[in-house]
Amino acid sequence: MVGIITYGACIPRYRIKVEEIAAIWGDNADDISKGLGVHEKSVPDMDEDTITISVEAARAALARRSVDTDTLGAIYVGSESHPYAVKPSACTVGEAIGATPVMTAADYEFACKAGTAAVQTCMALVKSEMITTGMAIGADVAQGAPGDALEYTAAAGGAAFVIGNKDTIADINYTCSFTTDTPDFWRREGQAYPRHGGRFTGDPGYFKHVKGAAEMMLKHQGTEPSDYDYAVFHQPNAKFPSRVAHMLGFTKEQIKPGLVVPRLGNTYSGASLVGLAATLDIAKPGDRIFVTSFGSGAGSDAFDITVTDTIESDLFNRSAAPTVEELLADPIYLNYAQYAKHKGKIVMQS
Amino acid sequence: MREVAVIGIGCTEFGERWETSFRNLFVEAGVKAIEDAGLTGDKIDEMFVGNMSAGRFIDQEHVGALIADYAGLATNHIPSTRVEAACASGGLSFRQAVTTVASGMQDIVVAAGVEKMTDAGSSLSTDALAGAADREWEGFIGATFPGLYAMIANDYIHKYGLTREQLAQVAVKNHYNGARNPIAQFRKEITLDTVMNSTMVADPLRLFDCSPITDGAAAVILCPLERAHEFTDTPIKVLASTQASDTISIQDRRDISTLDATIAAGNRAFKQARVERKDIDLVEVHDCFTIAEICAIEDLGFCKKGEAGRLTAEGYTALNGTLPVNTSGGLKACGHPVGATGIKQVCEITEQLRGDAGKRQIDGAKIGMTHNVGGTGATVVCNILEVC
Repeated sequence: MVGIITYGACIPRYRIKVEEIAAIWGDNADDISKGLGVHEKSVPDMDEDTITISVEAARAALARRSVDTDTLGAIYVGSESHPYAVKPSACTVGEAIGATPVMTAADYEFACKAGTAAVQTCMALVKSEMITTGMAIGADVAQGAPGDALEYTAAAGGAAFVIGNKDTIADINYTCSFTTDTPDFWRREGQAYPRHGGRFTGDPGYFKHVKGAAEMMLKHQGTEPSDYDYAVFHQPNAKFPSRVAHMLGFTKEQIKPGLVVPRLGNTYSGASLVGLAATLDIAKPGDRIFVTSFGSGAGSDAFDITVTDTIESDLFNRSAAPTVEELLADPIYLNYAQYAKHKGKIVMQS
Repeated sequence: MREVAVIGIGCTEFGERWETSFRNLFVEAGVKAIEDAGLTGDKIDEMFVGNMSAGRFIDQEHVGALIADYAGLATNHIPSTRVEAACASGGLSFRQAVTTVASGMQDIVVAAGVEKMTDAGSSLSTDALAGAADREWEGFIGATFPGLYAMIANDYIHKYGLTREQLAQVAVKNHYNGARNPIAQFRKEITLDTVMNSTMVADPLRLFDCSPITDGAAAVILCPLERAHEFTDTPIKVLASTQASDTISIQDRRDISTLDATIAAGNRAFKQARVERKDIDLVEVHDCFTIAEICAIEDLGFCKKGEAGRLTAEGYTALNGTLPVNTSGGLKACGHPVGATGIKQVCEITEQLRGDAGKRQIDGAKIGMTHNVGGTGATVVCNILEVC
C-alpha cells in the first residue's frame, strides 16, 4: 500500500516570546497568549529560508532511512514563502540531496496546505507507477505584518515525507479533499505580507473546510474518532485545532502529541506536517493517525494513516535524526530588534 | 395629521452572517414583514431604508434603488429612499415613514434598516464607524467610538461616582435578555467577572462594555391607523416619533455626559404621545456601550442624573424590574448592525406589545418606547408605541 517511507523535520533554533512582541505594540501579552494558546514562535536565522529548511528536513528524512535518491522520481515543495517567484525551490532541494537529474519537480502553493497537496501528488504518482518514490515537503518562513495579529504566530519550519509503496513505515489508507473558493487569507503578487479577513478566517474558512474534509473521510472509511490513536489538525494557533477536534469528537489526548503550535507557532505549509512528524516520533506499530490540513483560499486534505511494523525495524532508524520534541528543546530567545533583523524587517542601505 | 399604525414586522437573525449578502439580508427581513402584515408587494406605496455606510462596508451606494429592485418592486417604480444618520439611520427611516403616512402622502410604507458589517476588516469598520463623529475635530486626531464613549464614561464617573460593577451590570442584564431572544447575536448569559476581566478597549470600557460588529436587517410596515384592521388584528399605534440634533463633536457639548438631544427628543416624544414617564412599560435604549444605557435612562427622564447605575444594579431595569430596559438584549447582546438597530427596536417593542416576545415577554405591556442615537448624540430619534 502507498504510504510514508521516511520523514524528517526542521525547526530553526531561534524563538521570540509573545510578550516580547506584545511589548512593542502595546498589546496585553496574557490576553494574546491565552486567546491563541501560543507562547512563543520559531524565527529563522539570517540565512535560513524555505529552501534551507526544506533541505534540512529532506536530509533528516534520508538520515533515518537509506533511500536511493536515483529512484526518487519527484520532489514537490509546498510553501507560501518560496524565495523565488520564478525558480523552483524543489530543484535546489533535489540537487542538495543528490536526486537530480532524472526526476520531476515543482513548487506548490495552497496557503497552509501546499505540503499535504504535495503528499497527495506523490501518492498518485506512486500508485500509478510513474515513480518509485517521491518526496513531499511543506515548509515556510511565514510572513506576518508587523503589528498584525499574524505576527504573534507566523513561524519558521517544515517537514519532508518520502512516499512510496514498499516497506512503508506508515500506510496511507485513504485521502480526500474539500475545496471551495473562499477568500479568508491572501497575499497578492509583490506584497510582502498576507492579508486576512479577521474573524472570517474562522467559521467560513478553517472550520468549514477542516470539518468538511474530516467528516467526509470518517464517512468514507466508516470510522469514528475513537478508532484513531492520534489526530493532527492544521494549527494556526492552539485554539482552532482544539476546537475542531472537540467538534468532531476527538479527545485532548489524541491531539496532544501533534499539537506543537504553543511552542512553535504557525509554520504555515509546515504546520500539519510538522504535527504529523511529531506524532510519528512517538507512534507505535498499529497506531492509526487522523490528519487534516487546512489552506486558506480554501481547502483541507484529510489522511487516514496506519503505522506499520517497519517503523521499529532495521530498515528505519528513527533516532538518526532529531525528533520534533528535540528540535523544540534548547531554543535561543531573541528580542524584537534581533527578530526584526532576522526577518529582514530592517531595511539596510545597499 | 393621520394616526399611524405598525402592521407588520420582520427581523433577520443578527450576527456574523457570512453566507448572506447585504441585499439578501434586506430581502429576508422585508419578506418577513410583508408576510407578517399579510400584504403583497404590489400594495406598497413607498420605502425608506436606514443604512449608515454600505459605501464603506461593501462599496455599495444607491441603496434605496437596490433594495427596491431586490424587493421585486423596481418595475412598480415606487419611491425608495435611503436615509442616513449614522447609528440612528434606522430610527430616522422609521420617522420618515411615519411622517409620510401621517401626512396623507402615502398609505402603505415600509421602514427598513440594513447593515452588512462583517465583510470589512476591523480597522475599516472602526474607521467607517468613526465617520459618525466629527472627522475634522475628532476622527483626524485619532478618536474612535470606544474612545469617545470612554470620555463620556470617565466624565460621568468623575461627576456621579458610578462603580465598575454598576457599569458591568448593564452588560450582564442585556446578555440575560439576549439569551432569551432567538435573533440575538449573543444568546449567552454572562457574569460580572466576565465583563470586568475582559480585554481593555478604551479605559474604562472593556470588551464586554462594547456592542459588537453585526450583520442584520429589520423592516416594519406602516399604514394609517384607520386601515390597520384590514391587515392585522393586532395593530400597534405610533403615539410619537420625534428627532433631535446636537453638536456633532462632544467637545462642543454643554455637558459631555448628558445627551441633550436625548432630552430634547424624549421630551418631544412624551409631549406628542401625551403620556408620562410612569406610563412607559418598557424601553429599548441605544446601548452601543454600557455607559450609553446609563446616560439614556437618565436623559430620557426615567430617573435623576447619577441614579441609573444604582437602579441597574438593583434590578430596576431587568426583565422583571419596574422599567425593563432592552428586553431584546439591546445593542450589546442582540447585536448592532448600525442601520438596522432603530428598526429592530421598533420590532422588539411591537412584539412585546402584541404579547409575542416569548421568554422575554413583559406581561401586560401596553406602551413601549424606543431611543436610537446617531454618533455620540448628535442625532436622537425617539418613538412611543401603544397597543390599540
